[in-house]
Amino acid sequence: MVARGRIVWISGPAVKADGMSEAKMYETVYVGESRLIGEVIRLTGDTAFIQVYESTSGLKPGEPVMGTGNPLSVLLGPGMIGRIYDGIQRPLDDIAKQSGAFISRGIAVDPVDKRRRYRFVPTVKVGDDIEPGSKLGEVNETQLIKHHIMLPPDSPGGRVIAVEKEGEYDLEHPIATLEKNGKRYEAKMYHYWPVRRPRPLKEKLDPEIPLITGQRVIDTLFPVAKGGTAAIPGGFGTGKTVTMHQIAKWADAQVVIYIGCGERGNEMTEVLVEFPHLTDPRSGRPLMERTVLVANTSNMPVAAREASIYTGVTMGEYYRDMGYDVVLVADSTSRWAEALREMSGRLEEMPAEEGYPSYLASRLAEFYERAGRGIALGTPERIGSVTLIGAVSPSGADFTEPVTTHTIRFIKTFWGLDTRLAYSRHYPAINWMISYSGYVNSIAKWWMKNVSEEWFRLREEGYYILQREDTLKEIVRLLGPEALPDEEKLVLEVARMIKIGILQQAAFDKIDTYCSPMKQLKLLRLMVGFYREAQKALKAGISLADIRSMQIITRMLKAKFEISEEEISRIDALYNEMVEEFKALTAKEVKQVVG
Amino acid sequence: MVEVGVEYTRVSEIRGPLLIVEGVSRASFDELVEVETTDGIKRLGKVLEVGQGKAVIQVFEGTTGLSVKGTRARFLGKTMEVPVSQELLGRVFDGLGRPIDGLPEPIAEEFRDVNGAPINPERREYPRDFIQTGVSVIDGMLTLVRGQKLPIFSGSGMPHNVLAAQIARQATVVGSGEEFAVVFAAIGVQYSEAQYFKRSLEESGALRRSTLFLNLADDPAIERIITPRVALTVAEYLAFDLNMHVLVILTDMTNYAEALREISAAREEVPGRKGYPGYLYTDLATIYERAGRIKSVKGSITQMPILSMPADDITHPIPDLTGYITEGQIVLSRDLFRRDIYPPVGVLMSLSRLMKDGVGEGKTRADHMEVSNQLYDAYARAQEVRALSEIVGKAGLTGVDLKYLDFGDAFEQQFLKQAVDENRTLEETLRRAWDVLSTLPEGELTKIKEVHIKKHYRAKAG
Repeated sequence: MVARGRIVWISGPAVKADGMSEAKMYETVYVGESRLIGEVIRLTGDTAFIQVYESTSGLKPGEPVMGTGNPLSVLLGPGMIGRIYDGIQRPLDDIAKQSGAFISRGIAVDPVDKRRRYRFVPTVKVGDDIEPGSKLGEVNETQLIKHHIMLPPDSPGGRVIAVEKEGEYDLEHPIATLEKNGKRYEAKMYHYWPVRRPRPLKEKLDPEIPLITGQRVIDTLFPVAKGGTAAIPGGFGTGKTVTMHQIAKWADAQVVIYIGCGERGNEMTEVLVEFPHLTDPRSGRPLMERTVLVANTSNMPVAAREASIYTGVTMGEYYRDMGYDVVLVADSTSRWAEALREMSGRLEEMPAEEGYPSYLASRLAEFYERAGRGIALGTPERIGSVTLIGAVSPSGADFTEPVTTHTIRFIKTFWGLDTRLAYSRHYPAINWMISYSGYVNSIAKWWMKNVSEEWFRLREEGYYILQREDTLKEIVRLLGPEALPDEEKLVLEVARMIKIGILQQAAFDKIDTYCSPMKQLKLLRLMVGFYREAQKALKAGISLADIRSMQIITRMLKAKFEISEEEISRIDALYNEMVEEFKALTAKEVKQVVG
Repeated sequence: MVEVGVEYTRVSEIRGPLLIVEGVSRASFDELVEVETTDGIKRLGKVLEVGQGKAVIQVFEGTTGLSVKGTRARFLGKTMEVPVSQELLGRVFDGLGRPIDGLPEPIAEEFRDVNGAPINPERREYPRDFIQTGVSVIDGMLTLVRGQKLPIFSGSGMPHNVLAAQIARQATVVGSGEEFAVVFAAIGVQYSEAQYFKRSLEESGALRRSTLFLNLADDPAIERIITPRVALTVAEYLAFDLNMHVLVILTDMTNYAEALREISAAREEVPGRKGYPGYLYTDLATIYERAGRIKSVKGSITQMPILSMPADDITHPIPDLTGYITEGQIVLSRDLFRRDIYPPVGVLMSLSRLMKDGVGEGKTRADHMEVSNQLYDAYARAQEVRALSEIVGKAGLTGVDLKYLDFGDAFEQQFLKQAVDENRTLEETLRRAWDVLSTLPEGELTKIKEVHIKKHYRAKAG
């Protein structure tokens, strides 16, 4: 029995309906004559509070409300990759086919084309006894993604009674029949899963493989692991979105879920326009073939913004269960929190800090807890991961506001964006003094095995120079640079070189936009090597002025965008040249002393 | 089904801009309401909340003079609409869209809901056409593109209107003879400011291609909620139905946000920061996001909202939330203004997010982006050196630092500063940029590729 009630009160996205004693918490309901989609968020007696995912303009008390009996769910099956969805998984292109360039209300569209046929290859045979979540077969979703057809995790599993042979089937075609405890049921190539319920894993694993993003300040200084969590807070104009786009473009994941949550419409368009033309550096295929977009822009209904985060993460977990590494970027979690605040305010709940509801922290914790690397349910064994990266937009760029402070408690990598760095166009404006990564030690093994034994030591040395510079800057600010001894002035000089030559990275430069781990290491070795040589030279009596005016410095600083990945050995040549130049300087000095 | 003009007279409460009517059975959310005073004067309002026999109505023209007894509320069965047609060009209206230029009501082609509808991101066309404004600092470093929303963050007394008017007069897309129009919405500004703008459009001959909506400082405050929406509804019609390139100027959005706060306070909502409602971001987005381009439609809406930062504070909720929605910001600097540099654009705090897609080879010039980056970088360094030299004196600076001091002055005097009626070509802007960059040693230009340096860098003697 589903609930059938009547609207009694409307205020923006919040609606109250009577006669809803049959309704369940978080059940999806149809609101009004135009069947707007909503979700029950509070029940009092037979009155239900409903958050409506579409504009309620024109809605009247007395109009009907109908329950569906189901919690808000997403469809999981082939056909999602490359699509752009709204916050409740309606494809925006199909919406446009019905309502044109502007989004209207009450549109019902399937998340994927259920009539489309895919070539199904079974991987189970009749008689197999399989567990819930097991793989039944696979289809090619895109050239990059082999889509595993799996039993839903909440299915009973059981013995395979029948399975279709290899062939073309549409999504509604039953591809297998199973039996458990004498009960038979059919499986299709898709199933539904409630968005607010995490998909279970058999076992969680430690995150020990870095997610390579091709961004030097991230990979080298503040890495995030596959299956890890990261937050990137920053005031407006500090480059949150550009960094998120860079990660979505270059991260070495097989699937990318990009959630534009309460942000600009043009930013989603940018992804849609750009990604089909960009190629994945590893597979050479268009990036769109591994990307799913969820777009609920700032001017779209606020309640659907709240749902968009869950819609996205559920799709991410589904691809994780196939054994893929998934990266989910959510831009911005602050807008999601504001949607919570708005609904909470309409429900007249007692507010905690800055009007946010008291359950803000627990909701954030629940969300970030859905990250992880692990073994999927069922057979065969599949290891996948979901990495969660959330942008935070603190009001007034103040990191002590509630969303930032609560987020920090639940994440392990923190990329703090700095307004001052952004003003001087130091991009990405990740402040190296406030940022941190909790994964450095666990992923060091990977770097040392796959890139170079030197990695850990070089990183430490480079980071140390930056930290010393920060202390010395205080003195300079008070007394001027001339107050420092040459040895310390050298630290300032090398720190400047690391900042320009490594930390700054031009997202819109063809070469600089992506930097491989090997190139990152070579650049780091170049700068740290310079520091070591320069220290020796100072000891040998060379003046700092001579070191500063070395011609090679400018070329070292431009190596990041003048030397492409294909000619990476030129960095080694540059290194040797640098050492030679120091030798020449010292030789000249020795000659002068002797002569 | 809809009964038009249902009338109710049981007003139970009048509170600030709100009117609460009881015994209502057939009102819908967001519905337009005509409120009639005992003297027969009609005002407009809309339903903010409805249910359990009660409707909360926000009266746009204020509740002054309304009484609990005798006030009538007529529910009109539709949301607020404005008439749209090409005839709106060359006309002046009040903040609710009623003519105040002495001419008759324009004949409407259509009536459109002032709230608009969100543009489907899938149907947006990504903006990438460079607009030349003739202002060096904007063209060179904060490039505006068609369909962008780029606000001016100003402070009281600073020449934001002068700059906006200069842009409105001079803006062109080089090599295109397409139709353009200006929609100007004054939101709670002084008469003289609105008049300056009108005159400026008149003198340049642009007035007949402009539509003006004026809610002046002494007009009802709550009307300000509607003024930008009316203006944008008209702009959408001109852009997406009549294929015009429309520049929308909204001034001053701070007054808009204050009107919103007034209503929120009257409804006793839980406030967010500084008493502004928690939904200020979402609400502002429903205005600012009404800019852009649409696939296979020729027209575009470029938005230039102006807002004055209370106490010049960029972290105040209004500029802060605006900056999170708009595609960059032009920030005016009190310091430059004091030093009589026009336009007083504080470049370091300013940004145009869409610049990267509007410049470069085939659009402006191959070196444009890198030159801009280098200017930012060098000017930031110049500012640091200036601060340092105030403490340690010039004697404590290195040779390179002194070069940066010279660069800072050259940048402000030769590149940034220009006359109110000076319209510079992009070529000239870039030439000036290279001139000032050439005050620095070549090795300092770390953001520019060798090829461009070889072509454009001309070292200064000494």
